Amino acid sequence: MRDSLHRILILCRKELLAILKDPRSRIVLFVPAILQSLIFGYAATYDLNTVPYAVLDQDHSAASRDLIAQIEGSGIFRRVLQLQVPQQIAPAINRKQALLVLHIGQGFERALTAGDSAAVQLVLDGRNSNTAATASGYISTIVEGFNARWQQSHGQGAAPLRLEMRAWYNPNLETRWNMIPSLIAALSMLQTLMLTALSVAREREQGTFDQLLVTPLRPREIMVGKAVPSIFIGLVQASAILLVALLWFRIPFAGSFLTLYTSLLMFTIASVGIGLAISAFSANMQQAMLYTFVLLMPMMLLSGLTSPISNMPEAMQYLTLANPLRYAIEMVQRIYLEGVGFAWIVNDLWPLGLIAAVTLPAAAWLFRHRLV
Amino acid sequence: MNAASGVAIASAATQWQRLRALIRKEARQLLRDQSNILVGIALPVILILIFGYGLSFDVKNMPLAVVLEDASPTAHDVVSGFYLSPYFTPITLASLHEAEQLMLARKVDGILYLRTDFSRQLAAGNASIQLLVNGVDANRGRIMQGYARGALAQWAAKRASTGAANPAGAVTIEQRLWFNEANNSTHFLVPGLIVLIMTLIGALLTALVMAREWERGTLEALFVTPVRATEILIGKIVPYFGLGLIGLTLCMLAAKLLFAVPVRGSLLLILLASMLYLLVSLAIGLLISAAVKNQFLASQIALLTGFLPALMLSGFIFDLRSLPMAVRGISRVLPATYYVELLQTLFLAGNVWVLIVRDCAVLAFFAAVLLTLARINTRKELD
Repeated sequence: MRDSLHRILILCRKELLAILKDPRSRIVLFVPAILQSLIFGYAATYDLNTVPYAVLDQDHSAASRDLIAQIEGSGIFRRVLQLQVPQQIAPAINRKQALLVLHIGQGFERALTAGDSAAVQLVLDGRNSNTAATASGYISTIVEGFNARWQQSHGQGAAPLRLEMRAWYNPNLETRWNMIPSLIAALSMLQTLMLTALSVAREREQGTFDQLLVTPLRPREIMVGKAVPSIFIGLVQASAILLVALLWFRIPFAGSFLTLYTSLLMFTIASVGIGLAISAFSANMQQAMLYTFVLLMPMMLLSGLTSPISNMPEAMQYLTLANPLRYAIEMVQRIYLEGVGFAWIVNDLWPLGLIAAVTLPAAAWLFRHRLV
Repeated sequence: MNAASGVAIASAATQWQRLRALIRKEARQLLRDQSNILVGIALPVILILIFGYGLSFDVKNMPLAVVLEDASPTAHDVVSGFYLSPYFTPITLASLHEAEQLMLARKVDGILYLRTDFSRQLAAGNASIQLLVNGVDANRGRIMQGYARGALAQWAAKRASTGAANPAGAVTIEQRLWFNEANNSTHFLVPGLIVLIMTLIGALLTALVMAREWERGTLEALFVTPVRATEILIGKIVPYFGLGLIGLTLCMLAAKLLFAVPVRGSLLLILLASMLYLLVSLAIGLLISAAVKNQFLASQIALLTGFLPALMLSGFIFDLRSLPMAVRGISRVLPATYYVELLQTLFLAGNVWVLIVRDCAVLAFFAAVLLTLARINTRKELD
């Protein structure tokens, strides 16, 4: 038992040295993770803060000017064009000068004062329909505010019904708040998986793996010795991104670090298991890389990182159950933002344990029994 | 015909022969390893299915807890709109505590709460309804707020038109979503997918294959033959270019046949733009491998500089207009940004020449610069 532990420790040391001795690998393992969490923290948002828009005001009335003033006053909409005739709408949208055109027709104020509904036309660039929907949502909020004020000043009293809205865990509903915690899991998995996938494949390609197999090390010990350094590096990467979230973006951390690190550890073990199994299965580094990639892409896309799992068709939702990243993102978000304890994440922890329990022994077995 | 030009013709012929032999060798090497085929053909198919069927930003049937402490007919009438809406799947509950438990367990995404004295307050003209949303998915929370506001505004309008004696006017919005009338997110995801696949085949696959040859010294074996460095590069580019075009064809067929994404611009222009971008990403792959000559580093760098930015920073999923200046600057020097804009325009808007000419020129410029850099970095020398 003690001998075995000793052998494993020596192998771990050798593996860590092999990974970290090249200064370029050291850089590639840590600098991009931090840089990316910074850049994506700014980029990965569905919120809009500048919307270039154009106005076609054919009414030229006090009411139309008032509506435009309220839109400008929001600070989000920036007027890039002042149109004169409806024919100018198409080029403004086509050339991507404006995301939307607000068209106020003649008789706008007359309809309003007569107590009718006065329609304004909103033409949106639907090339990215998600962005268009968000912008249109902003406009309707502004128009509702305008209506409430108009009705109040024209003798109907305050609106009878108010909707008070509050968001749990993320009061301003900032996309960044849910994106960065997901990145802790996603970015660290990306690199740990590739690192692990290469570990055995590299030795196979260079012929040193056969030497390793004739040493007193048992396959199980080789497996542990290869897994531990990758797990360690994965956790360090995750911590680096966590620091960016805490110190740079200052997203309040609601949970406990013990819960967070337990779940991250479980997740990293599961992904390292997948990486080792791929590595043991591949004949050379190129194959290992490409297999990893073929697995990574669907895992990233079907994890809830960019679009919610509950939007997917049912068959796809079942498919996500085999995806470790799905559980990790759910856990990290819940621990980070909601501050939940172990009781709420058990359902995410055991599938990860199951994935690790299948992939790690499979890798150890494949060390000696590779089919090709 | 003088002697000099005869020699020139003869050497052009041998050059051509050498090139053909090289291309054939590279194509065989490409086809021999099943993992290449997996990335070149199987991965596009998997991604097409995921993008077409799996990813969707179109939110429907959001589970919502409706807490009616006030069970009066008025209260039921106010919330009736939520039960008819395709966006919500409401569950009626009697206590807020129960609803909060459901929200904690993630069984519902939001809570609509009407207090005990709701109908009395409404009669007094001063009622409020509370909407609690789970902000862990901020985008979804915001969409939910928007739809809830819409449902209540409809109720208020109906009530105003039946009851009030002296109605005040209200502004209504007639919305038209150009290029994507059905408001279907598949229509912008599928063109984006083509960008990802082209980046993958171009940058990642080439970087890996070439770095492997540097690492194992098989390129050195080629260096001692009469082939020129330019010929080695062309020999590498041609088969991968072909693989990229196969991926493109698969995506176009899927877009047309499976997802009925409209193609409003010219097919020829889509092909031209894709070929330009494919050259750019092949050049990136060649450049990376020539610069680091190591498989692990090459794949990491290809992933970090090629693939991830193409997914996150190209305007494919996240809108570029929301970025701070510095990050927008980065996206401006990414070739993928221009390709995304080209494809979204060509698929959904049509031939908008101003955009197309500008973006194609930018891509051609990138291709020329990067290919030249790759050529400079691939010298026939040993280190």
